Amino acid sequence: MEKYLYIALFAPLVGSMFAALFGAKPKTLIAGLLPSILLLVSLVASSILLLHILGGGDVVHVEMMTWMATGDLYIPFGFVVDQVSVTMMMVVTLVSTVVHFYAIGYMDHDKGFNRFFAWLSAFVFSMLILVMSDNFAGLFIGWEGVGLCSWGLIGFWYHKESATWAANEAFIMNRIADLGMLIGIFLVYWNTGTLQYAEAFAAMQSLDIEILTWMGIFLFIGAMGKSAQFPLHTWLADAMEGPTPVSALIHAATMVTAGVYLVVRSNELYALIPNIGLFIASLGAFVAIFAASMALVNRDIKRVIAYSTLSQLGYMFAAAGLGAYWVALFHLMAHAFFKALLFLGAGNVMHAMHDELDPFKMGGLGKTMKGTMILMTLASVALAGIFPLAGFFSKDLILEVAFVDYHFIIYGVLLLTAGLTAFYSFRIIALIFHGEDRHTALGHHPHEAYSFMLWVMAPLAVLAVIAGALKGTYFEMVTTVLPATEYHVHSAATYWIMTIGTQLFVLLAIYFAYKKYISKDIKIPDGTSEMENSIGYKILKNQYYIPYFYEEFLVKPYRELSKVLWKQVDMKVVDATVDGIAGIIYTTGEKTRDMQSGNLSTMLKWMVAGTIAMLSLAVVFGLAVRHQDEINTILSSLGVM
Amino acid sequence: MEIGLNHYLVLSTILFAIGLVGVMRRKNLLLLFFATEILLNSVNIAFAAISHFYGDLTGQMFAFFVIAIAASEVAVGLGLLIVWHKRHGNIDLDSLSTMRG
Repeated sequence: MEKYLYIALFAPLVGSMFAALFGAKPKTLIAGLLPSILLLVSLVASSILLLHILGGGDVVHVEMMTWMATGDLYIPFGFVVDQVSVTMMMVVTLVSTVVHFYAIGYMDHDKGFNRFFAWLSAFVFSMLILVMSDNFAGLFIGWEGVGLCSWGLIGFWYHKESATWAANEAFIMNRIADLGMLIGIFLVYWNTGTLQYAEAFAAMQSLDIEILTWMGIFLFIGAMGKSAQFPLHTWLADAMEGPTPVSALIHAATMVTAGVYLVVRSNELYALIPNIGLFIASLGAFVAIFAASMALVNRDIKRVIAYSTLSQLGYMFAAAGLGAYWVALFHLMAHAFFKALLFLGAGNVMHAMHDELDPFKMGGLGKTMKGTMILMTLASVALAGIFPLAGFFSKDLILEVAFVDYHFIIYGVLLLTAGLTAFYSFRIIALIFHGEDRHTALGHHPHEAYSFMLWVMAPLAVLAVIAGALKGTYFEMVTTVLPATEYHVHSAATYWIMTIGTQLFVLLAIYFAYKKYISKDIKIPDGTSEMENSIGYKILKNQYYIPYFYEEFLVKPYRELSKVLWKQVDMKVVDATVDGIAGIIYTTGEKTRDMQSGNLSTMLKWMVAGTIAMLSLAVVFGLAVRHQDEINTILSSLGVM
Repeated sequence: MEIGLNHYLVLSTILFAIGLVGVMRRKNLLLLFFATEILLNSVNIAFAAISHFYGDLTGQMFAFFVIAIAASEVAVGLGLLIVWHKRHGNIDLDSLSTMRG
């Protein structure tokens, strides 16, 4: 089985390096095709591992080589394929295989075709390191690796000012959180003496609750950055500047779920500190509704989906925080499938509309883009949580968890969010595919994407439909390592009322969205309507003024401070010192240049002068050594030594 | 008066000083060679005297090496000097500054 582990892990790296060879060249089809095929290989290897684990096989644990071994510190490059990591591997390799093949079509006309695949495969490799590592150090390497690749891919179109800005924003925000994470890892090491998951978690059982709390907090700060939880959430929406396949893979299905994975992986730690768990759950519920509310009014389809991702991550954290780790992981998996599908669909729409993102400028695209319409509608139905698609099983489960654990506020918030989710999903579906044709007037002539792009999306569509049916098998598999708490509502009647109530609520939201946005008199908003001028709308439109707040109260003061430090400290102290030293050397050289007159006579004089100087020095030192004792006596009598 | 080691060393020092001044002051390349010879031979005197004083032949042997090397050096030097004189018509040190930095 080790063989398959290595194949699954390193195939993407090989693909990435191969594509990087062609990095600066114009489009070479093989540079896209080979990484995609290698990812397929990785997917097959992961599937074999999954079957092995499902068949009751042992956890595959390998130690590739020693990385650091000094004193008591021993960190190997160790990889583990257990029930949790194999789930993540399946999600990562499956979605990335689909996205790679899709991107061959999507990036068809892009100048950076080869570079794109180099970055994308490198991302998959980092992500696999992240989920397969058997220790915190390896996790951190993967964590930074995905951050780097995310930076490279958000800023992929680096000639666009906004793209580079968004890339830097994402990178810097993640750096802030990573510092927290690093402190968490240090705390783990200081207190348990090891970074291996198994040993560290075993040692934590006997630790002081206060230390465990700090560990939990700092590790969660890392998770907050990567999973874009409030208040570090602004980067995710801006990350939509990257190419759409990137948004589908990194900013929906895989990287942003790394935070959830971390919490799930550290379940033994968080089980010991239920207060932090409750905080995580509350924050998750807050983010769920907070992001969903921003998605309601946004006029950029990718941003709407990004906010939706944020909101669903909130759901996952709510579940993980309440101790329902397997539920969180299940929602992570289901969400990866339908959200990637939704994003890839949005990519098709963008292509058809020549990168137009405002759904109000579309309308009636269903006529020309039937395939995309069906796939996106399917994904939205799954996202909204309608029976029997994936979202129904995973999201309803989270609601049940909150209900069963008597956290009725969290339950209420999440229920309301479910309605909002349905509303905004179908708002964009209605605006894009149905209603009046508003785009012809703007000079767009949409066309469907290549048919192979639709076909590669099909596996995701199938999974978005059937993932719910896998719940039983999945539960049996992961609960061998995760707490196997089953959540049953106390009475059957309550259960049915809850489920049917939720379904009706969601359906009502969908109906409302359709009714409102399918009508003939939808106009392209121009800022004059009554709704657009209401306070609530403005707050939501400006993302609760949080980016504005960050800009005014954090970025600008920081910039001013940096300017002061630059002008006062850097220029006047650091630079002045360095320049001064350089100046002295330069002047000395300039002055002593005259010695080299080329006149033999002068040079001989200098030679003699040098010899005499050296001789005198030798004599002085010789005398000093000979009369050391006397000199010491004189110096001590003077009180110098 | 018995002539001892000190006398030889004083003679050697005086010769060395003369040679050094010659090296510094002379502008004629030929005389510069003379001055160099004086320098070398002052050292030879010191070598021979000290060797005799300690009864160790190493110093005298070394003096022979110095003489041999000085001879070959002068041979090469005079060769170059003649070429220089043929080209430029003088052997003045101040004219010999084509390698000015």
